[in-house]
Amino acid sequence: MKYNIGALIVGLLFAIGLGMSGILQPANIIGFLDIFGKWNPTLLFTMAGAVGVHFITYKLIRKRKTPMFSKDWFIPTRQEITPALIIGSLIFGIGWGLGGYCPTVSVTTLASFETRPIIVFVSIISGMLLFWLLDKKTNLKSKLE
Amino acid sequence: MATEWIMGLIGGVVIGIAVSLMLLWNGRVTGVSSIVYGVLVPIKGDIEWRWYFIVGLLIGGLSLKITAPELLAAELQTTAWIGSVAGVLVGFGAMLGGGCTSGHGVCGVSRVSPRSIVATIVFMAAGMAAVVLLRKTGLII
Repeated sequence: MKYNIGALIVGLLFAIGLGMSGILQPANIIGFLDIFGKWNPTLLFTMAGAVGVHFITYKLIRKRKTPMFSKDWFIPTRQEITPALIIGSLIFGIGWGLGGYCPTVSVTTLASFETRPIIVFVSIISGMLLFWLLDKKTNLKSKLE
Repeated sequence: MATEWIMGLIGGVVIGIAVSLMLLWNGRVTGVSSIVYGVLVPIKGDIEWRWYFIVGLLIGGLSLKITAPELLAAELQTTAWIGSVAGVLVGFGAMLGGGCTSGHGVCGVSRVSPRSIVATIVFMAAGMAAVVLLRKTGLII
């Protein structure tokens, strides 16, 4: 139960952090990516804040033998740069720039009960299911690893 | 303008604390696309906490809606049609690339993972190119 409640609190805090930073507004994402237009550096500060804190806490936390509510760590250990990583990030980035929505923002902004976040959320889910289907049929991901 | 970047920084610190708690408590990376994907395409015995996390995000969103609704002014900057295509690319690309802005951009860069650093540079550059395209074609509202 602690494990689940922990995840709930993390989700809640994450959403509050996103809201405070202003990046639940796609205008701020587009503004950050718009380096040849009217550049808005807000996201840079948000990234710096998040990475700055976690860079330090990561090292401290990993000194423990195990996490508090679990017996094991679930942390990616892979190092190699694969075509899947590059092509996937490229596709993700194009979508992120076109819409101004990443998955976290799309879930959180569902709470606004407005139409457009719902449209984007449903399309993100569709993209994930499309990947799942294509991957199942063609082993796309392992071919690109 | 000054308050904007200060709030950006404070919000980022809160996000940093959130992902640190996920690591300290559950030993996990807070990769939101993977968490959502694990609910869509469930792996037995690894589902419940994902729902709790998603509900947490929604409760956070709702509390913002009540206390500071202007922060949730989630207007698309382009047409709904482009927004839908964008969403499909985001969902597909995050799964192929093994992560999104939270998993690669925040958690991965923090632990100095070469894969995540490369992914973050690639998706930021691609995003910048996409915005240039929107501008050139006059599709930014």
